[in-house]
Amino acid sequence: MKDTSMTKNIKISANNIDVYYGDKHAIKDVSVQIEDKTVTAFIGPSGCGKSTFLRCINRMNDTIDIARVTGHIAIDGEDIYDPRVDPVQLRAKVGMVFQKPNPFPKSIYDNVAYGPKIHGLSRNKAELDEIVEKSLRRGALWEEVKDRLHEPGTGLSGGQQQRLCIARAVATEPEVLLMDEPCSALDPIATAQVEELIDELRQSFSVVIVTHSMQQAARVSQKTAFFHLGNMVEYDETDKIFTNPEDPRTESYISGRIG
Amino acid sequence: MSLTLPLLFIAALSVGGFFIARSRAQSAAGGDIRKLASLPRQHGLNTALSTAIPALFAILAWLFAARLLSYRETAPIWVPLAIIVIATLGFILSVMRVSVTFRARTAAEGWIRSLLIGASVIAILTTVGIVFSMLFESINFFSQYRWQDFFFSTNWSPNFRGNSDLGILPLLWGTLYISVIALIFAVPIGLFAAVYLSEYASRRTRSVFKPLIEILAGIPTIVYGLFALVTVGPFLRDYLAQPTGFGDSASSVMTAGLVMGIMLIPFVSSLSDDIINAVPQSLRDGSLGLGSTHSETIRQVVLPAALPGIVGAILLAASRAIGETMIVVLGAGAAARLDLNPFEAMTTVTVKIVSQLTGDTDFASPETLVAFALGLTLFVITLALNVLALYIVRRYREQYE
Ligand SMILES: Nc1ncnc2c1ncn2[C@@H]1O[C@H](COP(=O)(O)OP(=O)(O)OP(=O)(O)O)[C@@H](O)[C@H]1O
Ligand SMILES: [Mg+2]
Repeated sequence: MKDTSMTKNIKISANNIDVYYGDKHAIKDVSVQIEDKTVTAFIGPSGCGKSTFLRCINRMNDTIDIARVTGHIAIDGEDIYDPRVDPVQLRAKVGMVFQKPNPFPKSIYDNVAYGPKIHGLSRNKAELDEIVEKSLRRGALWEEVKDRLHEPGTGLSGGQQQRLCIARAVATEPEVLLMDEPCSALDPIATAQVEELIDELRQSFSVVIVTHSMQQAARVSQKTAFFHLGNMVEYDETDKIFTNPEDPRTESYISGRIG
Repeated sequence: MSLTLPLLFIAALSVGGFFIARSRAQSAAGGDIRKLASLPRQHGLNTALSTAIPALFAILAWLFAARLLSYRETAPIWVPLAIIVIATLGFILSVMRVSVTFRARTAAEGWIRSLLIGASVIAILTTVGIVFSMLFESINFFSQYRWQDFFFSTNWSPNFRGNSDLGILPLLWGTLYISVIALIFAVPIGLFAAVYLSEYASRRTRSVFKPLIEILAGIPTIVYGLFALVTVGPFLRDYLAQPTGFGDSASSVMTAGLVMGIMLIPFVSSLSDDIINAVPQSLRDGSLGLGSTHSETIRQVVLPAALPGIVGAILLAASRAIGETMIVVLGAGAAARLDLNPFEAMTTVTVKIVSQLTGDTDFASPETLVAFALGLTLFVITLALNVLALYIVRRYREQYE
C-alpha cells in the first residue's frame, strides 16, 4: 500500500477503510489521499462518520472496545496499523482536537504543559513557559488567560476551553492536526482567530478539519471531502466541490437540500 | 391503650380517602376531567397524605415527648383519641376542598415535602440523641474520675474493687496503630485493584471479579477474627516474630492490622472503582490523544480527577478500622499496652468498651461509666476524620471545578 503515498506530497494515504461498531457499519470502503501542508475539510450530515474516520487516522478507535477498523492507512508511507507501530507514538505525531472541549482538571498552564512534559520537549522551566505561552497565543487564548495561568482550565467558558484544547494539541508540535468541529462552540472573533491559526499551521503541517459550516470549509481548506451515510461521496479541490460538484448528493448537501 | 389501633385507623382512612376524593373529583368534573385543575388521582393522593402525615407526626411527637419526660407506661387514653381526631380532621378538610379549581397537585407536593423533611429531621435527632446519652453518662464519669488522669495517664488497669487506673492513651495508641497498619495494607492493594478493574480488565473479567470482591465485603468480621486467631496469628509468630526475636505472641498488632486490612480491601476497591469509572471518558481520550500512555493517563489525569472521591473512600475505611472490634479481640488480644513492637499484643478502645460493660456491672462505678467516655472520644475522633474528609474534598473541588 505504499505506492500512492510515495507520491511526493501525500501525507496520509487511506485505502479501503471500513469501520464497524459492533454490527453497525459506520465507514464503508473509504479511500482518500491527504496532502502535506494542506488543509483538508470533511463535511457531511450529522452521523455520516466524519468523526469516526478522523479517529482512524490517530487510532483513537482502538480505545473503543466494539470498534473494528479494516483497511490501510499510511502516514509518510508507513502503515500505522502495522503491529510494530506504537499507537502512543503515533498520537504524539498526529494531534487531535475533540468535538467537545475536554480540558483536564488541572490549571490552564498544566493543561498546555501536559504534552510537552510527557514527551520531554523542554529542558527547563523557562523553555516550558515559552512553549506554553506560544501555544496559548496560537490558540488565540493568551491575552485572556495570561494573568490566571494557574487557575483551573475547567473554570473557563466553553469557547475558551475549546481554544485551550487547541493550544494543548499544538503544544506537542504534531505533524498532523485532526480537528473535530473545533469552532462549534466559538464566537465569530475566536473562530476567525482559530482559522488564522489553521492557515498558519498549514505552513508546516497538514490539518484535517471536520466542520458543519460550508463557509468555513470554503474559507480554510484547499481540499474537501464530502461524506454521506458512511461513504465518501466526493473528494476534490475545495473550489471544485463548492462550485461544480460531480455528485448530485454533494450538490444538494451544499445547497442545503440534504443533511 | 396502645398505638396500634390509631395506626390501623390512619392507614384505613387514608386509603379510603384516596378513593373517596378521587371519585368526588370525578363527579365534580361531571365526566370531563379536563375541566379539573388537577387530575382525580392527585386529589386522591392529597387526601391520603393529608390524613396520614399530620397524624403520623403527632404519633412521633408523642413518642418523643414521652421519652423526654421519662414516661414509661402505655399512653393515656386521650393520646390515641387525639391522633384519631387529627387524622379524621385531615380527611374531612381535604375531602371538602375537592373542587374543579383546587390545585391538589401542588397541595400534595407540599405534603410530600414535609414527609421528606420529617425523615431528615428524624435522622438528625437520633444522632443528637445518641450523642446526648453518651454525653450525660460521660459527665457522670468525669464527676467521679479526674479527666486529667483519663486523658493523660499511660496506664489502663481497671479494678472492680475500685482504685482503678483508667488512662485512655494505651487504648488510643492500640487503635491508631492497628488502624494505620490496616490502611497501609488496604489502601494500595484496594486502589491498585480498583485501577486494574476499571481501566485494564476486560468487560468479562470485570463482571467476574467485581462481584467476587463485593462478596468479600459481606463476610462478617467475626469470621475474619477467627482467621486471624487460627491462621494469621500463628503464622506471623512462627515465621516472622520468633525468628527475628520480636516476641512470641500470636496475638499482635500485626495480626489484627493485617486481617483488618484484608477486610478493608474490598471496601476501598469497590468504592474507588465506582469513582474511577465516573471520570468522563473524554478526559482519557484527551490524554491518549496527546500521545500519553495508558498508565500516564491514569496517573496524571484519571486519578487526580477521582482524588476527592478516593480520599473520601479512604477516610471511610479509616472510620471502619477505628470502630472495628471483633478482629481486634481475636487478633490482637485484650492487653492494654503502650508499645512500639508490632508483634506485641495490644488492644483498642472498642474492645475495652465491651469488656467494661460485660459481666456483673452496676452503671454507677467509674469502671463501667468509663465505657461512655471512651465511646464519646471515639465518636469525636471519627467525626473529626469525617470533617477533615469533607474539608479536603471541598478544597480540591474548589480548585478544579
Ligand atoms: N462509540 C460508538 N459506538 C457505537 N456507535 C457509534 C460510536 N460512535 C459513533 N457511532 C455511530 O457511527 C456513526 C458515525 O458517527 P460519527 O460520530 O462518526 O458521526 P459524525 O459524522 O461525526 O457526526 P456529527 O457531525 O454529528 O459529529 C453514527 O451512526 C454513530 O451512531
Ligand atoms: Mg462528529
